[in-house]
Amino acid sequence: MRRGPALPRRTLLQGGLTLAGTGAAAAATPGAPLAIPEWTREQGASVLAAPYGSPSPHERGVVRRPRRSAVFPQTLSCNTPLQHLHGIITPNGLHFIRDHAGTPDVDPAQHRLVVHGMVARPLIFTMDDLLRFPSVSRLHFLECAGNTPFWRTGAIKATWTAQDTHGLLSCAEWTGVRLADVLAEVGVQPGAAWLLAEGADAAALTRSVPLEKALDDAILAYAQNGERLRPEQGYPLRLLLPGYEGNTNIKWLRRIKLGDAPWETREETSRYTELQPDGRARQFGFVMEVKSVITHPSGGEALGAGYCEISGLAWSGRGRIRRVEVSTDGGATWRDAALQAPVLDSCLTRFRLPWHWQGEALVLQSRATDETGAVQPTRAALVGKQGEHAEYHYNAIHAWRVAADGQVSVAL
Amino acid sequence: MRCSRLILAALLLGGPAAAQEPANRDLGIGVPATPAMIAPWNIDVRGDGKGLPPGHGSVAEGEALYATACASCHGKDGVHGALSPALRLAGGIGTLASAKPERTVGSYWPYAPTLFDYIRRAMPFTAPQSLTDDQVYAVAGYVLFLNGLVPHDAVLDARSLAAVKMPNRDGFRPVPPADR
Ligand code: HEC
Repeated sequence: MRRGPALPRRTLLQGGLTLAGTGAAAAATPGAPLAIPEWTREQGASVLAAPYGSPSPHERGVVRRPRRSAVFPQTLSCNTPLQHLHGIITPNGLHFIRDHAGTPDVDPAQHRLVVHGMVARPLIFTMDDLLRFPSVSRLHFLECAGNTPFWRTGAIKATWTAQDTHGLLSCAEWTGVRLADVLAEVGVQPGAAWLLAEGADAAALTRSVPLEKALDDAILAYAQNGERLRPEQGYPLRLLLPGYEGNTNIKWLRRIKLGDAPWETREETSRYTELQPDGRARQFGFVMEVKSVITHPSGGEALGAGYCEISGLAWSGRGRIRRVEVSTDGGATWRDAALQAPVLDSCLTRFRLPWHWQGEALVLQSRATDETGAVQPTRAALVGKQGEHAEYHYNAIHAWRVAADGQVSVAL
Repeated sequence: MRCSRLILAALLLGGPAAAQEPANRDLGIGVPATPAMIAPWNIDVRGDGKGLPPGHGSVAEGEALYATACASCHGKDGVHGALSPALRLAGGIGTLASAKPERTVGSYWPYAPTLFDYIRRAMPFTAPQSLTDDQVYAVAGYVLFLNGLVPHDAVLDARSLAAVKMPNRDGFRPVPPADR
C-alpha cells in the first residue's frame, strides 16, 4: 500500500479492508513510544501452513468486482482492481474475467486442439503434444473491447473507481507455443487468409482472425505468470493475440480452422462491432488503440494534502508507449511523466509524476502517445466522430476530479 | 507486421510445394485428424452458408420449440418478456441510425446462417448443443419469422436459409487490413 497520511483512510474506503491490529497502535497517543507487537514476540505460522500461498488477510478487499449485475452471471465481466495494484503485472487471481457461458472445468488430459480446414495435414494435438513445441514467453496486456463504458454520458457514474472505469484490463507474462510453429506443422494451403478459433466452453465461442496476425505474433498460451493458466483465463489453452481486443483471445481453445474468408460469427457481427452515427458499423477493428489511466489518485480515494506521486498505466495494441503526459489543471498545461522500464510492445507501461497537492479542487488527466505517433483523443473528439453507440474500443483521455476535501471522482 | 508479411508470402506464394511442406515441418507432433474424428466439433457455419448441414425445419415447428425452449429468456415474441433488452431477438428494424438504435437479429445481423451457427453451438443457454439440426433450422426460421423476414409457412434448409436477405446485410464496414 502507499505511503503518506491518506493511506489508512483510503484503504478503508476503497478496499473495505478490516485492518486487524490497527486498533491499539492507531489509537496510540502522538509521540508515544512504538509498541512491540505480538508478532514480534512469538513464532509465526509454519512454512507448511499454505502450500499455495494467498495474499495477507489484510488485503482481502483487493478483489475482482463486476461493475454491474446481469441476469446470468455466467455472461458477466469482472474487473481488475487497478487502483490497488503496483507495477504492470496483474496477479493471476485478479486478472479480469469476461465469460459468455461461465468458466468450464476442463480436464487437460481430455482436452484436444484440432487444426484443420485449408491445411495440408489436419492434426489433433494433446496438451502434452503442445508442450513439446518450442516455447515462448511474452508480456502482454489484455483489454476487453468493452472496457471503459463512456460512450453515453447518461451511463457514466461519478462514483466509479479505476476498477469500474478501466478494470477490464490486465497484464501477464504468457507462455506457450507460437501459432506460426503449429501452422507450419499442418501446412497452410494457398488461398487461406483467415482462421476460426473456437473455445470448448458452453458458448463454443468463435472468432475469425486474419492469418497474417496468426503468423505474426499469436501464441497458444498454456501458462500465465509462471503457472498454468487459471480456469477463468482458459485453462488449459487459450489464444493470445497481442494488442487485439480481449474477445478474440479465445479461451479453452479447442479448434482452429483455416479458411479463405471471415466466418461472420455472432461475436463479430451482433457483438464487438461499433455502430456509427450513420447507422453502419465498424467491423474487424481488432486493435486496442493507445490509452492510459491514472490509478493513483483515482476514483473513490480521499487524497491528503502534500506530496503525492501520480501514477498510472498506459498501453497500446499498436506497439510501445512513447510518451505519457499528465495535466493537473484540466488540460490547460501538460507535463511529461517518467516511464518505468520495461516499456514493451502491447504491454502495460507504468508512468509516474511527482506532485504536491495543495488542497485545491482540480481535474487530473493523462494522455498517452504510442510509437506510431497515435495520441489518445479527447472524449469530445472520439464521441464526435463515432457517436454514442459504438459500445467498444473507447480510448479517450480519462479525467478524475479532485474536490477541495480530497475526494476523487470521475470528471466528465 | 512487416516480418509476418514475408512469412505469409513465403507460405502462400512459394508455390504449392512450399505451401505443402514448409521447411520447418520437422517436429512430427500431433496425430492426423480424420473427418470422422472431428465431425462432432466441426460445426461452424459461415455467413454465406458454407457449412450448413443437410436437414430442414418449418417455422411452425420452430414456433412450438421456441415456446418451450427459448421464450422464457427471450420473450414470447422475441421482444416482450425478454429478461433484458440485450436478449431481445426481434424488432428495431430501421432504428440503427436513430438516437435509440435497437440491435436485434432482425435489425442488425447481416447473415441468416449465423443464426443457425450460433443457436446450434450455444443455445438454449441452459442446454447448449442439445438441439438436432432440424430443430435448429426450425427455431432459426421462427426467429426470422418474428422479424418479418420469412412467412409463417416457410421451411428452412441450407439453401433457403442462405437465401434470406437480412435488412442490415450491407450495414458493416470492415476495417481495411492495413489498419487492423
Ligand atoms: C436460460 C435463458 C435462455 C434460454 C432458454 C435461451 N437463451 Fe438465447 N441467450 C441467452 C443469453 C444469456 C444470451 C446472451 C449470451 C451472451 O452474452 O453471449 C442469449 C443469446 C441468444 C442469441 C444472440 C442474441 C444476439 O443479439 O446476439 C440468440 C439468437 C439466441 N440466444 C437464441 C435462442 C434460442 C433460439 C433459444 C431456444 C432454442 C434460446 N436462445 C434459449 C439466454 C437464453
